[in-house]
Amino acid sequence: MSEVIVTKDLTKKYGDFVAVDHLNLIVHKGEVFGLLGPNGAGKTTTILMILGLTEPTSGSIRVLGFDPTRQPLTVKAHVGYLPDQVGFYDELTAYENLIYIAKLNGLPREEADRRIESALQKVNLVEMRDKAVSTFSRGMRQRLGVAEILIKQPQIIIMDEPTQGLDPEGAREFLEIIRTLRAEGITILLSSHLLHQVQAVCDRVGLFHRGKMMLVGTVDELGRKVLGKAFRIYVETPNTTPEIIEALKQVPEAVNVRALNTTTIEVEATSDIRHEVAKTLITAGGQLRGLSMEAQSLDEIYAQYFQEVEHVRA
Amino acid sequence: MSALERAEIQRLREGSPWTGLWAVVAKEMADHLTSARMRILELLILLTAGGTVYVAMQQIRASIGSDRFIYLKLFTLSQDPLPSLIGFLGFLVPLIAIALGFDAVNGEFNRKTLSRILAQPIYRDALLSGKFLAGLFTLALVFSAIWLLIFGMGLIGLGVAPNSEEVGRLLWFLLATIFYGGIWLVLAQMFSVVFRQPATAALAAIATWLFFTVFWNILASLLAQSLRPIQYGFLQEALAQAELELALTRISPNTLYAEIAIALLNPTVRSLGFVLPFQLEGAILGTPLPLHQSVLLIWPHLTGLIAATILLFALAYVLFQRQEIRA
Ligand SMILES: Nc1ncnc2c1ncn2[C@@H]1O[C@H](COP(=O)(O)OP(=O)(O)O)[C@@H](O)[C@H]1O
Ligand SMILES: [Mg+2]
Repeated sequence: MSEVIVTKDLTKKYGDFVAVDHLNLIVHKGEVFGLLGPNGAGKTTTILMILGLTEPTSGSIRVLGFDPTRQPLTVKAHVGYLPDQVGFYDELTAYENLIYIAKLNGLPREEADRRIESALQKVNLVEMRDKAVSTFSRGMRQRLGVAEILIKQPQIIIMDEPTQGLDPEGAREFLEIIRTLRAEGITILLSSHLLHQVQAVCDRVGLFHRGKMMLVGTVDELGRKVLGKAFRIYVETPNTTPEIIEALKQVPEAVNVRALNTTTIEVEATSDIRHEVAKTLITAGGQLRGLSMEAQSLDEIYAQYFQEVEHVRA
Repeated sequence: MSALERAEIQRLREGSPWTGLWAVVAKEMADHLTSARMRILELLILLTAGGTVYVAMQQIRASIGSDRFIYLKLFTLSQDPLPSLIGFLGFLVPLIAIALGFDAVNGEFNRKTLSRILAQPIYRDALLSGKFLAGLFTLALVFSAIWLLIFGMGLIGLGVAPNSEEVGRLLWFLLATIFYGGIWLVLAQMFSVVFRQPATAALAAIATWLFFTVFWNILASLLAQSLRPIQYGFLQEALAQAELELALTRISPNTLYAEIAIALLNPTVRSLGFVLPFQLEGAILGTPLPLHQSVLLIWPHLTGLIAATILLFALAYVLFQRQEIRA
């Protein structure tokens, strides 16, 4: 089975307010899928429905082929969930918190102990095993949350805003953990509004806005769809002239060319055309001092996209 | 989704609602027994039990040998300014029970542990009933310990062992005390579902207790007077009014518990409520009832307490099922 999460016209209404609106989402086995959208977009509501923790108003969900409203125990046994606010019993130790979860999952003691050790190892908390959670930093709690998930050896992990509130170092460490999990073949669905961090780990991204999924695809695909350009090439040349700029504009697939200052020209393109740009520059009599390229960041796509959406709406 | 569809899903849902129940019970009981809150309450009840029983023993010593039920007297005798042990239990039991329950659900919510726990392969049923059972077992443990302590004090202080009749009556009274705690426990837990703030839930539970302790009897009397007024001064009228008042006061768990205590700890009590002279025909006044007769007397009270507990639990359950769990 390659499609591990499938929703069909999934809808959640709170009174008249539509929090999730006919959502059709497919997550494939082994991928990291990012649910991106501003606050209030409906990401958390979607996640809660996938886990069977909130009932959908209409539509259907299949998780690993099971229906979370009818077979919640099976679904919850195979799906790990890291909520947007991860809390632990502060007066208990890391181990005591984890053994409670292991017992709720029906694991026998020795097996539970084995899994707890290996989970703590994976998230780098072994030496904190017998410390009260009240002494943990936000980042450590977040990692303990991941350890808790690993205990049930899930096929799918769902994380709601996992990097929110972490310092840059903590966020980086956390993204590293996500990569490790992915390498083990676990499917990951994560939600966020912090885009540049998520861009670094997601295979595919769904842009979420007012309960609707507006766009789905890889970061590169989204760039092309939204902007028609996903690559930015910077040309360093000591003598920027209007002729050179004109010549560069003629390069196929160059979308936008402008001089940033007297020595730098920016070329926006739909694909990697560094070679053509260099050739054109030299043919036009320019000197090439340097050439660099930046793939479009999701941040920009996102900002631009939602700007456009607002614009259309207005 | 219609109520019918919802019911259908409930019926079709997989697995047992009790999956994970014992894990919850074990964790919650460990929490209760190690918490500072429980230490304080244990100390409080230890002091009151020790104090009142000691005072009662001073009075009883004189009548050892002549009285068949001195162990029951340990619970019922009072000496100014101290009330008797059952007087104290009347408000210590609700206090302890409320202390065990008022932050059951909202506590998980505020610590942000609720969604993490409910994401495990268990139903909400298991969490709620696990917390209730853990509270009930803790009550049972605490009161059993107190009972044992009192037996111990009696053995040492009075130098006589309790007879089987006394042991039987006190065990029934222990059971009734635990169930009396149960109803306040479930009430506090219900408020912990309704109110996000534990302090609010505690206050609501205490207010309910206060209402039944202080105001309900007055209210019952006023209600009876207005619903069954005495117009012509007939005996039947007075009786009808008094019976209604009694029925109304029995809505209060405090009344039920007090009557249970009276019937179990005073073997000479042959009836709870009104006794007309002809009903006593053939009875020898002052002779104690056998235990099973006393138990029959309190049976409706005991089942009433348990039924009310189950009802409140069902209400808490429905409220909890409907609750959004997100922070
Ligand atoms: N229990 C609720 N009652 C009413 N509205 C709600 C409830 N829960 C969430 N919402 C609304 O649904 C929308 C989506 O919320 P949410 O899924 O939490 O968004 P996100 O996680 O993307 O920030 C928000 O506008 C929120 O106000
Ligand atoms: Mg959210």
